[in-house]
Amino acid sequence: MLDIAVAYSRYKFLGNEFLTWLWFMIETDQGRLRKYDTDLVSLTVGNRLVLENTRSNAKETVTIKGDNASMEEGLLAISKGAAVTEIHLAYKTGAQTWEFSLKGESLNISNLKLPETGPVETPDDIEGVVLEKIYLIEKVIGIVNNLFTHFIHLRLSNTWDNQTVSRIRKWASSK
Amino acid sequence: MGLLSSRMSITRYQAAGQLDGSVHETVYQGLKQHAIPKIEDDGSEATVGWTSFETPYAPDFEGYSFVFGGYMVFSLRIDKKSIPPKLIQKHYALYAAKRLADTGRHYLSGNEKKSIKDHVVNTLVHRIPATPNVYDLVWEYETASLWFFSNLKAANEALETLFIKSFNLHLIRLFPYTAADRMAGLADKERDILRDIGTSRPEE
Repeated sequence: MLDIAVAYSRYKFLGNEFLTWLWFMIETDQGRLRKYDTDLVSLTVGNRLVLENTRSNAKETVTIKGDNASMEEGLLAISKGAAVTEIHLAYKTGAQTWEFSLKGESLNISNLKLPETGPVETPDDIEGVVLEKIYLIEKVIGIVNNLFTHFIHLRLSNTWDNQTVSRIRKWASSK
Repeated sequence: MGLLSSRMSITRYQAAGQLDGSVHETVYQGLKQHAIPKIEDDGSEATVGWTSFETPYAPDFEGYSFVFGGYMVFSLRIDKKSIPPKLIQKHYALYAAKRLADTGRHYLSGNEKKSIKDHVVNTLVHRIPATPNVYDLVWEYETASLWFFSNLKAANEALETLFIKSFNLHLIRLFPYTAADRMAGLADKERDILRDIGTSRPEE
């Protein structure tokens, strides 16, 4: 086991590649995402996407914000070698929607908005609401774990270098 | 931001190891022993301790009140005194002027300036109340999974330190490497590849 601080810095690119792959999958293969998570109705990019290009020792950051923002600049950045460092997602299952942001380097979840839960009106309501919130959080953590697990097996296989990288390149430059 | 907030931030951990004896009793003892003090320590700039999820300003863990179904839910509280720099500047100026008047001198040495500043900060720390910050956590002992409801570096570091002190268990933060290593069920061959892997870019 590597030293934690060293491992954090050394492997943060892996989280950014995960988010880049995730954006590619969202745009090109919802069917496969549904196979990974059978409850999933749709997974879409929300209102924020941050990309970073650290090639040539110069850091260039592209931030795309807004509900109907054009993603062309992001695709252009990908085709120039950038990776997604932060993505805002909307995850839908049946009638419920979760919104959250995911950071590549840490896999931290932020700005998480859960589907509506019952109100806390009396102290007796707290346990029920807490357990309901935990159930809803588990769903979102479950899909993140699930997608990351699929990604990491792919990333460590020959398919990544032989097929996936060129598919992502083709997608980014085709728009 | 916490478990009942409308927007939340979560840092995920795995708790490494096992508790000795009854889980709830051991956790109860750890929480009680390292609970945030009810009486504020006037002299310290920050106090860190556990508190109860439902009553964060009056810690109470009696009757295993931190147990919710199969989960343990409690909170980390950090009470911190923040002295506005302008307040330090004002009191420093007043004190320095008084020192000059008392001694009849026109300037203060570097050491005197430092000693006056330390004295001012120390005096103000005793007079200013601490601001409490409460961060909830959910711990599922069976799966060793722990969610901490903050992404702030200082709060996460305080959690990691207090957790091992209280329960003698290490918290392992889940970021790309640790999530791959501990959660993804990698085969030995994949683990070898992970060790040597480097970045790849779609255009390469």
